[in-house]
Amino acid sequence: MAHSKTSAIEAACARHNHRADALIEILHDVQHAQGCIDDEAARVIADKLNLSRADVQGVRSFYTDFIAEARRKTPVKICRAEACQAVGSDKLAAALETAGHDLETIFCLGNCALGPAVMVEDRLIGRATAERVAAQMERTK
Amino acid sequence: MSPSLRLYLPGDAAAVSVGADEIADCLHTEAKKRGLNIELVRTGTRGMLWLEPLLEVDIGGERYAFGPMLPEHVPALFDDAFSNAHDCALGPLEDLDWMRGQTRWLYRRCGQTDPLNLDEYKANGGLDGLTKALASSSDDVIETVTKSGLRGRGGAGFPAGIKWKTAAGIDADQKYICCNADEGDSGTFADRILMEGDPSLIIEGMVIAGLAVGATKGLVYIRSEYPAAIATMKRAIEIWREAGLLGDDVMGSGRSFDMDVRRGAGSYVCGEESAMLESLEGKRGQVRAKPPIPAFEGLFGKPTIINNVLTLASVPDILARGGEAYAAVGTGRSLGTQAFQLAGNIKCGGLIEAPFGVTLRELIEDFGGGTLSGRPLRAVQVGGPLGAYIPADQLDLVMDYEAFAAAGAMLGHGGIVVFDDTVDMARQAEFAMEFCVEESCGKCTPCRIGSVRGAETIAKIRKGENVGDNIALVEDLCTTMTDGSLCAMGGLTPMPVMSALKYFREDFETKTAPAAEEVAG
Repeated sequence: MAHSKTSAIEAACARHNHRADALIEILHDVQHAQGCIDDEAARVIADKLNLSRADVQGVRSFYTDFIAEARRKTPVKICRAEACQAVGSDKLAAALETAGHDLETIFCLGNCALGPAVMVEDRLIGRATAERVAAQMERTK
Repeated sequence: MSPSLRLYLPGDAAAVSVGADEIADCLHTEAKKRGLNIELVRTGTRGMLWLEPLLEVDIGGERYAFGPMLPEHVPALFDDAFSNAHDCALGPLEDLDWMRGQTRWLYRRCGQTDPLNLDEYKANGGLDGLTKALASSSDDVIETVTKSGLRGRGGAGFPAGIKWKTAAGIDADQKYICCNADEGDSGTFADRILMEGDPSLIIEGMVIAGLAVGATKGLVYIRSEYPAAIATMKRAIEIWREAGLLGDDVMGSGRSFDMDVRRGAGSYVCGEESAMLESLEGKRGQVRAKPPIPAFEGLFGKPTIINNVLTLASVPDILARGGEAYAAVGTGRSLGTQAFQLAGNIKCGGLIEAPFGVTLRELIEDFGGGTLSGRPLRAVQVGGPLGAYIPADQLDLVMDYEAFAAAGAMLGHGGIVVFDDTVDMARQAEFAMEFCVEESCGKCTPCRIGSVRGAETIAKIRKGENVGDNIALVEDLCTTMTDGSLCAMGGLTPMPVMSALKYFREDFETKTAPAAEEVAG
């Protein structure tokens, strides 16, 4: 188990030719594969890319996309930036929280004419309502 | 079987976000049920986002529009033989006021064709600019771009020709073209729509830039919040490579240019060019001190051109049309067309390409039809989260870099976010500081610490604590941030704060904001 995890990380590094400048792409790939970049993954990546562990963990912690611990359930990414605020994203966020979703705040999904905007996995929802988000969460199960 | 019927439906993320894929399924199901043969082309969006999903039907060579479509509207379309009697019928697309009121140069193919069909691209004027560039000297290409008056569309408005000339004049073993597609400003989606709707145009602009300055490698930095744009750009690059338009022998010219896509990872500040370079090098997205400017020392220390998506995408047309012809529209030193984006509390939101010089009022009232809620408009934020809040009585402001600067505002990337009279402007000012707390890269103190203190102080004002003194403190802090920050993140965060204080002072001085509590959904 641990071995196959390590080899998936090594494969991600190899796919990008062990290039340090591809670190962010590698972190995306690893997070996609295992849901997070834990300390062990960071250690393997640092080793393969000839970076220090501090370098890798520093990059991991800088970018909000990367997390050190996997989420227990699929988060509802909700835009809390100005264009969505103007059409009630704060109210929607409160409703989604009451409905028991795990919310993740995003600043802009590029759907600013059709807000409030929400994203579930890679699926963008425009003119989002609690009902439409719930329906999409059902589909991703 | 009857002759094939040609239908067009956007595959754009915004259209899909309000059900375009479901409409596509319904169209196929309904056609099959009736034994009809349809050809459904997924296109980019026309930019009329409030009409999405917007279906177009080819009737006698003319496109007829139907929208916004719901699944239950589909059977009647077939019953009425796509006639004007349908509930969603809008008539011929090109006759719509929204389309007629624009000057669609950059977006002319967007919504018209399959974004990944290279033959369609060529048949509609694609590669004309690159063909011309390959037949011209680098100096001539740069001269044409300079003459066009093209300025950076990312927000700073720096003349593209001057930037290119600087990089072209440096001897180096490697130079780079970086396309900034980290469109993080709330209220902006023009880059996304173009990447999804006409990716070849961006690639063509990058190749021309590479040929002009002597760069052989390009990178497009796209924010991770845009998965559809990332996929489309990646696929388009492959198609170009397969067609011999990228690689060691661009269009058989013997000249070399190749490119790739790099993903961002959720950091707003990486839209700042030096932070973007750090990120492209695989590092934390912390801004660099300038000088040196990237044209001298950019990616991996090599001369680098960093231009916004729309800047690069404007270049093919400028070459094909000629610099003077491009500069013939616009106003003052803001020449050509700009993609304006109507967002927030707006009835008809979307993308409008128009020459500079159009007024905010024309965009918001004539195109946008006023607020979505139907309540009076109170404030408009132009230029993203670092742009000024403009009050309702200043809507006659002309969309022009200098006119905005003179009014203490910023045109930025052309995003316009509309708020109705339920907005609490003290809260918006507080949010501007909170946003800076979240997104500051942490490199310089005015931004890193100033934003935290700013958010705390505005929170106190909102609670009614020492309002007068605390307002003075915020104003003083804003001066420090403006003058002392390394980049626009800390340097411009004061813009929304100070404009809110200037035009909406009553929201700060009366600490309870009852209007905010009774927002109608």
